[in-house]
Amino acid sequence: MTTVSDQQKLSYIAAQAADARVNLEIESEGMTLNLGPQHPATHGTLRIIARIDGEQVIRADPVMGYMHRGYEKLTEVRTYPQVTTLINRIDWLGSFANEVPFILAAEKLMEVEAPPRAQWIRTILFEMSRIANVVLFLGDMAVQVGAITPVFFAFRDREHVLNQIESVTGGRFHPNFDRIGGLKDDFPKGWIDETRQVMKKMRRFCDEIEVLVMDNEIFQARTRGIGVIPADVGLSYGLSGANIRGSGVDRDLRRDNPCGLVHDQIDWKVWTHPDGDSFSRFWVRLQEVRESTGIVSQLLDSLPSGPVMAKVPRIIKVPAGEAYVETENPLGAMGYYIVSKGDLVPFRVKIRSASFSNVSITPWLLQGVYVPDIITILASLYFILGDIDR
Amino acid sequence: MILALDPLYLTNIGLAVVLIALLKVVLAFAIVLVAVLFMVWFERKVIADMQHRIGPNIAGPWGLFQTLADGLKLLMKEDLVPEHSNRFVFKLAPFLAIVPAFLTFAIIPIGGNFESKGGSVRIFGYDTYLQVADPPIGILLFLAMSSIAVYGVMLAGWSSGSKFPLLGSVRASAQMVSYEAALGLSVLAVILQTGSLSTHEMVADQAAGGFLGFIPNWNIIVTGFVPFLIFLIAGTAELNRPPFDLVEAEQELVGGFHTEYSSFRFAIFFLAEYLNTINMSAIIVTLFLGGPSGPVLIEGIDWAWGILWFLVKLFVFLFAFVWFRATLPRFRYDQLMDLGWKLLIPLSLGWFLFLAALNIGNDRGWNPGVVVGVTIVGGFAGGALLMAAIRTARTERISQEVDAHG
Repeated sequence: MTTVSDQQKLSYIAAQAADARVNLEIESEGMTLNLGPQHPATHGTLRIIARIDGEQVIRADPVMGYMHRGYEKLTEVRTYPQVTTLINRIDWLGSFANEVPFILAAEKLMEVEAPPRAQWIRTILFEMSRIANVVLFLGDMAVQVGAITPVFFAFRDREHVLNQIESVTGGRFHPNFDRIGGLKDDFPKGWIDETRQVMKKMRRFCDEIEVLVMDNEIFQARTRGIGVIPADVGLSYGLSGANIRGSGVDRDLRRDNPCGLVHDQIDWKVWTHPDGDSFSRFWVRLQEVRESTGIVSQLLDSLPSGPVMAKVPRIIKVPAGEAYVETENPLGAMGYYIVSKGDLVPFRVKIRSASFSNVSITPWLLQGVYVPDIITILASLYFILGDIDR
Repeated sequence: MILALDPLYLTNIGLAVVLIALLKVVLAFAIVLVAVLFMVWFERKVIADMQHRIGPNIAGPWGLFQTLADGLKLLMKEDLVPEHSNRFVFKLAPFLAIVPAFLTFAIIPIGGNFESKGGSVRIFGYDTYLQVADPPIGILLFLAMSSIAVYGVMLAGWSSGSKFPLLGSVRASAQMVSYEAALGLSVLAVILQTGSLSTHEMVADQAAGGFLGFIPNWNIIVTGFVPFLIFLIAGTAELNRPPFDLVEAEQELVGGFHTEYSSFRFAIFFLAEYLNTINMSAIIVTLFLGGPSGPVLIEGIDWAWGILWFLVKLFVFLFAFVWFRATLPRFRYDQLMDLGWKLLIPLSLGWFLFLAALNIGNDRGWNPGVVVGVTIVGGFAGGALLMAAIRTARTERISQEVDAHG
């Protein structure tokens, strides 16, 4: 029999009071504008309480948790292979990339290593989910600035990548393909040539976006010098991914910490931009999509043969211990800290997701900007709500 | 004084004349309504095509009746008045938006034989212009009506008692008022050329032979392209269409001034918006592209040619507005104000003075080369002064900010 204890009741009341206090504290001067959780510009349920004076923001508070699904707790009642189904849904635009760090951490605990071919395919799918994710950003950013057409181009060309992912994994959004010790399956027949064609299409899409969006003068006027994050501030807020590379910090876990992925086997470049404004974040992401298409093409050329699954026991029990693996996901650094007690299920999993840290800078960043810039700055930080709330 | 210059009213006014006048009113009303239906469909289809979509294709052939269906749906929806709204103003505002939109169309000549009959056609034995009214104040009526339309938007946002509409209406009033100045100044250039405010006179003036026989005598060429460009930009801003649609910027303000409107009142705003788009295109055609004037290719059905030319020219601008919407990102509020006050208004004012100097020089026999030279020097001097003023104000503002916030 479960009833709500007095302690729990008290904590609920305390939480509500805290929520009300946020609303009271910012009743200083001007007008409170509540953006979200239902608002056409927030792709998801992020709520921003903005105190504005005319069109200028005095103070902005992000409120998250409207989409909290308790994945960290849920993993404690799932066996290791079942967990990937859940964590697919953290960053739902580049789902496969979510599985990779978790599987790598579990492999680290079990001390198994995937065969080379599996590592190659993992990296290829990892980069393809990055393309599928960031391409949508390139279109969405234009929408938030007011141009409605590019996002349809993005959806059109993203479809090619999703089709390729689907034909390998069977799932367009939630592949659930990664296994401890390798992968579920090998590439289907003819997939490699098709993917080369798709990568060409994506490069063409990047050229198109460059002309259509990035060279547009209004777009530049709306993004250049807006939402500037200095490198030290960005680092102190724990920003990662293109957000920190847009501030000129040369940091990319694919190159700096290649644990289990084969980015170190090929020739590619980490792009940075010194400005740190909305435009530079857009620029860096655009270059990264280009770079990713190159990475995929190179990996397809050097794909080794062999099995895609190592010898692992049928029933997976992870030995007791702790492991943390962080990879450079489409939204930034994403890591899983797994604590195992030797059971079928993890004892505790801590998910470090990129968007949570990336959004934490908003109160600092949104001070003094205009209302329309709230939208473009948030868009340029590029978060996925599932990645914030988990 | 003649109240209307239409030859219809110069004859003895009898029952037939009154009936013809009424017929014209009813026809104009019907034409604009049908045009709106078509325009909404056209916009959706063209944008869909540009975005690799199909667009409406279920209701009627090629989805032509989609707008009709949407309109009927809106009529049947619940008519909601927000609790915190100012009820009277809230209900008044849509009508303040739509009435000026309808009235503006009255002064637009949509047809007539400007080749040989001075822009009139013969209906039931009476000569008349193909426009509802040709008042002597002419184009000023358009400026007046667009000023009144600001109230519709402003009051709608204010009376909603909600924050997003309020922000939208604040932007709307500032934007529409400041762009009206640029709009008026570029209209002045045309008035200077025509020497009349009457829209019919303007068309008749442009219908007269041009240079070399084949280049038309349109104001877009005669006034030197700059007023046309300014009018097009300021007109787009006046319409609140992209890239100047800050008033209803969806990503920021949800629906802008009409966020709280539903049902028929929303339909009225929607109608007014598209009416204004058609009106603005028609005004541009009238002012700068010779309205319905054009060659009569087949004698006998001479009345049809004016309408055809008018529709062709109108179509170009309707397409242009749709094209803008599909292509361009949105300006920010302060960037819009900068563009209006620091570029468009000085430029249109300078150009107007230049045209005036050329005209006076023509009358007095000045050397046109000297006039152009003086204008260029004056223009650069004025521009430099303006830039200096803007820069000084900016440095002062920044230093004040620094003082205030340390």
